[in-house]
Order: sequence, then C-alpha cells, then structure tokens
Amino acid sequence: MRGLMGKLFAVILVVIALASAIPIVTHTWYGSAIRLSPPPDISTHGHAIDEQLSETMIEAGLSFLAAQLVLALFVWKFADRKGDTQIRTFPGGAKVMVIAALVLVGSEILALGVLSQKAWANVYFKPAAPDALQIQAQAGQFAFYFRYPGSDGKFGALHPDKIDEGNSNFFGLDPANDVESRDDIVTGELAVPVNREVLLLMHAKDVGHSFYVRELRIQQDFVPGLDLSVHFTATTTGKYEIVCTQLCGLGHYNMKAYLNVMSQEDFDHWMKQKASEQ
Amino acid sequence: MRRSVLAVPLAVMVSPAWLFGAGTVSGKVTYTGTPAKQKTIDMSKEPSCAKQHATPITTETVVSGANNALGNVVVYVSAGAPDESSAPAQAVTFTQKGCQYIPHVLAMRTGQELKVVNDDQTSHNIHPLAKVNHEWNKSQPPGTPPLSEKFDKEEFVPVKCNVHPWMRGYFAVLKTSHYAITADNGSFSLPNLPPGKYTITAWQEDYGTQTQDVTVSGSETETVDFSFKAKLY
Amino acid sequence: MSEVVALAAAEHSIGHDVAQHHAPPQGFIRKHIFSLDHKVIGKQYYALALVAVFIGMALSWVMRIHLVWPNAPIPGLRFLSKTGAPGGIVTPEYYLSLMTMHGTLMVFFVLTNAPFAAFGNYFLPIQIGAEDMAFPRFNMMSFWTTFLAFCILTAAFFVPDGPPISGWTSYAPLSAVGSDAGPGEGFGQTLWALSIFVFCIASLLGSLNFIATTLDLRTKGMTLSRMPICTWAWFITSCIALLAFAVLMPACLLLILDRVAGTSFFIPAGLVVSDRLQPHSGGSPLLWQHLFWFFGHPEVYIAILPAMGIVSHVLVNSMRRPLLSYRVVIYCMMAIGFLSYMVWGHHMFISGMNPFSSLLFSFPTLLITIPATIMTLIWLGSLYGSKLRITAASLFALGFISMFVSGGVSGFFLAQPSIDIYLHATTFVVGHFHMVMGVAAIFGIFAGTYFWFPKMTGRMMSEKLGKLHFWLTFVGTYCIFMPFHYLGLAGNVRRYAVLVDDYLIPLIPVHRFITIAALFTGAAQFIFLYNLIQSRFWGEAAPANPWECTSLEWSMPSPPPFDNFGGKHPVVYRDPYQYGVNGSKGDFVMQDSPEVVKA
Repeated sequence: MRGLMGKLFAVILVVIALASAIPIVTHTWYGSAIRLSPPPDISTHGHAIDEQLSETMIEAGLSFLAAQLVLALFVWKFADRKGDTQIRTFPGGAKVMVIAALVLVGSEILALGVLSQKAWANVYFKPAAPDALQIQAQAGQFAFYFRYPGSDGKFGALHPDKIDEGNSNFFGLDPANDVESRDDIVTGELAVPVNREVLLLMHAKDVGHSFYVRELRIQQDFVPGLDLSVHFTATTTGKYEIVCTQLCGLGHYNMKAYLNVMSQEDFDHWMKQKASEQ
Repeated sequence: MRRSVLAVPLAVMVSPAWLFGAGTVSGKVTYTGTPAKQKTIDMSKEPSCAKQHATPITTETVVSGANNALGNVVVYVSAGAPDESSAPAQAVTFTQKGCQYIPHVLAMRTGQELKVVNDDQTSHNIHPLAKVNHEWNKSQPPGTPPLSEKFDKEEFVPVKCNVHPWMRGYFAVLKTSHYAITADNGSFSLPNLPPGKYTITAWQEDYGTQTQDVTVSGSETETVDFSFKAKLY
Repeated sequence: MSEVVALAAAEHSIGHDVAQHHAPPQGFIRKHIFSLDHKVIGKQYYALALVAVFIGMALSWVMRIHLVWPNAPIPGLRFLSKTGAPGGIVTPEYYLSLMTMHGTLMVFFVLTNAPFAAFGNYFLPIQIGAEDMAFPRFNMMSFWTTFLAFCILTAAFFVPDGPPISGWTSYAPLSAVGSDAGPGEGFGQTLWALSIFVFCIASLLGSLNFIATTLDLRTKGMTLSRMPICTWAWFITSCIALLAFAVLMPACLLLILDRVAGTSFFIPAGLVVSDRLQPHSGGSPLLWQHLFWFFGHPEVYIAILPAMGIVSHVLVNSMRRPLLSYRVVIYCMMAIGFLSYMVWGHHMFISGMNPFSSLLFSFPTLLITIPATIMTLIWLGSLYGSKLRITAASLFALGFISMFVSGGVSGFFLAQPSIDIYLHATTFVVGHFHMVMGVAAIFGIFAGTYFWFPKMTGRMMSEKLGKLHFWLTFVGTYCIFMPFHYLGLAGNVRRYAVLVDDYLIPLIPVHRFITIAALFTGAAQFIFLYNLIQSRFWGEAAPANPWECTSLEWSMPSPPPFDNFGGKHPVVYRDPYQYGVNGSKGDFVMQDSPEVVKA
C-alpha cells in the first residue's frame, strides 16, 4: 500500500500522544490507583503554585497535542505521494509561522510570567511575621536535625568543632559554657503547630542539601556557608515526609525526617516530652 | 540505660604461665562525680529501625552501674606482657541491628579477622575513623554477606555510620591478648599472667585512659582499681 | 541567461586559492591513526562516541535494574568492583558513581562528540567546498586530546575509591572537600575534573578550527547564505562552544586546586564532614554552580543545535522542497545561541541565590521558546504539500520533531520559578532533559548516520533494519521517558540510589515499567550496531548520490578521495535547497551544477 510507512508513523504518533495524555488527565497510572499528581496542598501559599501548574499544564498539554497531531496529519497526507503531484506551500509561508509563534508563545509567556511572579513573591518576597515560631534546621550527611530555643526563647551559639554525634550533640552546642544552650531542644523530627507561621532557619553542616516537603509546596537548598530560611504555615495536621533533594553523598536517598503538624495542645505536650529527653 | 556487654576475651593461648604459675590482675572501674545524662536517640528518620525498639534507646557514651560502676571500659596489659603468639583464628563479630552497633565496644587483636554483619533492613555505611590504621568506609546493603576486615596496628578506633549519624561504636585493636571489657558492674579480670611487672591501662571512650603498674609474683590475684572523673557535659 | 551572467549576478564570495595541498598520507599510522584528514578524524570521533554511548547505556541498565530489583545480584558486576558491588549487589555509592559516569559520558563524549565533532568534522569542509579544515594539525590534536580525556575518565572506574559520586554536575563542596565526603569522593573525583579539563582543551581547539574554516575556506560561490543549514548549525555551535568551554576549563582547575592544593574557591569555613572540621575558609559553593551552569546551559544547546541542523538538512532532502524560510531558521538558531547565555540561573532558582535573580533568569528562559517554536512550526509547515520520502533517515528526522516538542514542552514548566519550587530535582527534570538530549539529539545522530553512511563508507545500510530500529526506538523511548514526567508530578525526587521513602513505595510499579522499557529499547540498539558493522563490510555498494541531495558532499564519489575535490576547487552556483524544480537529473539541482533551470 502506497505510503504505508508514513501512515504507520502517523497512527503510532497519535496513539503515543493520546496515551501520554491519559495519566495527566486521570492523575493516575494506567488502570491503577497509583496517584501521579501533587498530593493535596497543606500550606497557605501553595494554591497559587497549584493554579500556576494547572494553567501551564493546559497550555503545554494543548500545544503538545496540537503539534504531535499536526505532525501525524502531515506525514499521513504527504508521505510517499505519487511522483507527479505538485508541491504546495503552506498558506502564508514562514511569515505566518513567525507571527503565530510570537503571538501564541508571546502571550503565554506574558500570562505565565506575570502570574508566576505573584506565586514566587508569596514565598520569597514576603517576610515572615515577627511572631513566627522560629525553628533551626541543620542538614548534614545524612539526617536533618531541628532545634527549638527552649524556655529562654534563645538559641545557644553553634560551635562546629564541638559537634559530637555519638553523644547526640549534632549542632555543636557548648552547654558547659553557653547558658542559652542548656535548655535548647534538639530533635530528629520537625513538629509544628497547625495554622501557626513557622520560620525555619537553615544551615548546612557539611555539603549541600535541600529541604523538600511536597505537601507544603516548599523546596529550598541548604548551602554551606549561607544562612538561609523559609517560612510557611501548615494548615492540616498529619505526618509528612521531609526529603533531601540535593545530591549529598551515598546516603542521599535515605536522608529524611518527618514534619509533624499538630494541634497547639499536642505540640505543647510534645515539647515538654522532648525537653525531658534532652 | 544499662546494657550488658560481652566481657570475655576470646584468646586462649599456650603460655609459659602454666609452667611458672599464672597470676591474675583483677579489679573494678568506677567513677566519681556525676556523669552526663545519656540522651534518648531519635530514630524517626529510619522507621524500620525505630520500630525494633519498644522504648527508644539512649546513647552509650557512659554505661554506669550500681555503686558508681563504669561499664564498657577496656582494661588491658599495655606493657610487660610476654611475647604474644599470632592473632587467633576465630573472628570477632560487629553487628548492626536496630541501627545500633552490637557490641558498643569491640576488642580484638591486631591482625584478627573482624566480621561486620548487617542485620537490618536498611543499608549501613560502616566507617572506622582510623588514624593509625588504614581508614576505610564501606556500604553494606541489607542482605549482603558480612564484611571481612582486619587492623594491623594497635589503636582505639571510633566507628560511625554515615547514613545513621547517631550510631557510634569503638574498635579496641590491641597487641595483647590480655584484655577485658568491664560489664556494668565495673569489674574486670586478667588471668594467666606469668610473674613479672606489668602496666595495666584502662580506656573509657569519653574519659580517656589511665595506667597503673602492678607486679605479679606467683599465682595469686592482684587487685588494681581505676577511678575516672565523670564529666557533666 | 548564460552561466557567466548568472555567476556574476551571484553575491561575491570569498573563494580562496590557498588550500592546504598536503600530499596523500603514507603508511598505516598516518592514514588511520594520526591522520590529518578531517574525514578520518570525523570517523574517529564517531567511533569514540559509539563506544561511549554503549558504555553509558550499559551503566543506565545497571542503574535501572538495581532501582527496581535491589536485592537481585547483577551477574558479573562484582568482578568490576568488589567494594562497589559486593556479591553483585550495587551499593548506594556505586549507584551514584554509575549515574555520574553515565551523565558525563553521554553529555560530553556522545552528545558533544557525535553530532558536532564527528559529523561536523567530516562534512563541514566538504559542504563549503574546502580541501580540509583550516588547521589540520590542531584537528588531529583535538581528537587525540578528546581520546586522552576519555582514558582519564574511564581510569576512574579502576581506582580504589571508585568513580566520583557527585553527578555530572559535580556540585561543591561535595566534590571539593575530598574523601571525607565519603566513598567515591577520592581520587576518582580528581580524575573526573582532570578529564573534563582536558576535554575542554580539545573542544576549544575544535571550535577554533570550525570557525576559521567556515569563515575563511569557503569555495568560490559559497556565500554564507548558500551554506547548508547543518553547516550553519556547526558554525553557530562552535561559537557557543568557544565561550562555554572557556569557562568550564578554569572551573575544573579551581576544583582540582581545592581538592589537592588546599585552596578554598568553593569551600566556606566551619564545615564538619565525617567528624572532621575542614581546613578551608572563604569559598562559595554557589560560585561553582554559576561557573558550571554558565557552561552547562549553552552546552545543552551545543548538543541540540547540530542535531537541528542535520534534521533540517535530511528533512529538506526527504521532502523534496526547501523549508518555508532558510533565513528565518538561521536567525532562530542564532537567537537560540545568543539567548542560551542568559538563562543559566534557571538551574539555580532555589539554590539560595537572590530570589529576584530567579525572576530575571526566568524571562529569557521563557523567551527562548519563541525561536524554538518558530523552527518547529517551519518544519511542520514545510511538510505541508511536500513529497515526503520515508526512509530510515527521514523517519528519525520526523521522530526528532516529535521528541523535541515533547521535551520542549516540559521545559515550559521548569522555566517558571514558582512551579520549579515543586518540580526542581524531581524526575520531571530527568524526563525533560532526556527527551531533548537523550532522545531528540540522539535521533539527530541516527538521522545523520543513516543519511551519510553511504557517503562515508561507499556502502548502503539496510533500510529494513533501519526502519525496524526506528520503530522500536521511537516507541521505546516514549515508554521510558514519558513516565518520568508523571513520577515527577507526584514529587519523585531524582538521584536516589534506593527507593525507600513512604511516598515512593507505591510508585515502584511505574519504575518497573520504565526499567523494562529501557532494557527492550537498549536491546534494539544492537540492531543499529549490527547494521553499522554488517553494512560497513558487506553492504551493497552505494552510488554517489543515493538520496538525490544537492549539497556538495554528494557531488563526489562515495567514499570521497583523501583531498575531497581532487585538487580542484568546486564552484557553487546556487543555494543547497533547489528541490521541486526541473533539473537535468531530476527534481533537484546540485549546488555545483552550472545548469540554467526553468522555475
């Protein structure tokens, strides 16, 4: 049959394009319950990011499908045609293509670029509230440790040369000489009260790491030598995984901690319990 | 939290002791003052290990017992011991279980085979921080065969697991076969010592070392006690 | 019009009478090993890329098998590395080493070598009518320096500490502090940095050569606007490469100094690695990222532009008509090259650099979509009304368009910093760059191979096997890389040696699908390898112009003689896209044909 290969290409491409779209539309892997979309958002800033993601998915999805289907259609129609058929030019030629690209892509860029700014600004340009709960986070091969200031409300000084992990001194505190360190509470779990803004003060102990909680729509690198921070408010109680996303060595895959969002009452109880374990 | 510790030296040797009579040096290791509180270990990042402990374990830096006894102290003959034969053929075993090193302090002879076993469902990364011996660092995925290593020089080597930062253990690599590790009652016994002058050393991972000289004459027991000054922080 | 008038009416071109009239090479070493002939050098680059791609592919099979069957010993692996794979089971650090070497081999030794150095070296001089490159000795040096870099890199497999584990991106301080950072960060990492340093030298020599040759050695009548699109692509790529590799080279040197000379370019004070306080201070990890990505982003365009050029050339020939606009395509490639230098910060949106910079970098990143879209629309629009011939080469060219769209579209997400908060370092990124580099650029290499094999060897490849190779690879690569996007949307973090996190366990069946697809698609590449070898020695004899193509390489015998044009200078009368006309030989007119054609 004339043009069989071309028609086969077109058919297979259409199947691939449509099959690719299915998990996007159904949010699951073919015929299974495996969820392939972001988990429900538990933050106050996340909905802007989710909206951005949906908008982009629609525009990108339509562009993807349109391009693949047009490619399939043209190959179907124009592959291996009879020898004496005439060559035709797309109406408008290159000019139409340039204008189409400028208009379509240009408007997409403007729309997404402008919208994107707000979602980004919510996370990075808005400072934390002055009464946000301050918690320190340290990332080191291959665990996260968190420090709460204790009843004096102050964090004791950090001395990297005093770090002694076998003795659970992960931050390098010097309670013998630094009075403020004596009531600091160090944990392997990040507990926060629900609906309360948290300011996470981040530093790295050894190499680059990153803090990622999918449900919080937060991801921020820990950079050795830099004191960075993120702030967020969690809106739903529960346990969520904090995973490291910056390649940090052999244990990178196993570097995680739990974010435990609790009611204020449970959180106060937890703090007392942890203080007694110090 | 007390833990019982393997305290029996494995070497059995043929020595001139039985010809001339063998004495024993024994005693107790205690501390004065208040030792630092052992901290509870947060294993929440490794649920497969956390669930193996009904109550969370604590650090084992200072293992103390009744009457200010100090456990996990390595006591050994550091000078004066007769020429030792080569290392025993039997290996010593260091086990990773529940994200803990068992035993916390493992003594062995120079050149003796060390077997490292991973009994957990997670990969461990065993890293002896040797300064005198050759330093190595190896991963041990679950279900892989035991690692076989040895150390050639005398050294107290801290051992860590990079993947689980709270894990800490020690290898006491000794030239002599006359060693013991105190249990949490603090007592030790070094038998089969021919008559002569000996230096006995006690090592505690946080408090350092102490030495005492003793003379053994005949087959009686000499008592040597050690007392370490505890540190609050 | 007489041909003389036609020639006079043509734009004046710079035709040089000075060509390097080197005598024919004597002896086996001069002919095949240390050859000055750009064609031999091109084939040498191709052979090196072929070795690198099969090694790189094998590494990825081990990675994928380990990820979904972590307890199954991999036969034979324990002989390659006793510590890395005790009992045949891959340790986490060995997985990361395999991943690092996979990326390094593929990006440098395959994607920079094959479409650019291999085909460019072979065909650029011919397509512009030159006898050889401007500096044949530099050319020979640049291949052998690349080969040296390859040897240094593979040596890392055999050092006691093993190959490096920090990824092809080698972020500091993990890559800079030395073996305290863990197994895999010993001598192997220094070898890596040295290998890339040497590779940069080779690339710089190669780029200088390409630029000088293109500007100075075009034959009579070969104006810049009569160069084939692939020649333009090679030329623009070498301009980009010159600047990019010139930055990577000192960056690698600084990394080596931090590792061996106690400097602190990338290491700040107060770091405690493996219980040891590091004796460094004053350095910045972000400095490495800026230097690396300033090279790294243009590098991916170095990988794709030649493929775009090859695909355009093959497509025009297959469609039997020129593209809707040659000039627009050239300008788009230039725009892409120019913009590629302004976007490097999009790899660093959440790196801790000033968040305002992130917004600034996002803008040109989105903007670069415009020339890429224009080119795609022109390819598609040119298909309309064409007389497309389906061959193995044209199938891969069409497949390229499909893959380029797929990969480009996912870039749209990553270009926005707010979305990148969620998608950064997930497998969404892995899907994106594999689609554009690991598939589209490779399809460009395949298209070039099926197209130019007859010219390079004088024999035809099997079209049947070529088409079979295409179908299996086209479907297979979609099956491998599309699911990475879905996993990324679920938040599946990348570069994990074992899948242990709570949220990852339910995703493992998808990973299994990917692994099986990868193994099948990998197996299909042996059809290509078989076809290459079988055809090279026993293929049907190839005519001079089997595809009825217009550019200068098709006006010479297959394979070409050592001095290309037999000591004469070809004269070019027209652009290379005269198709759909009434030529004396058919529906096309060769560039060097003086015939007068009625439109």
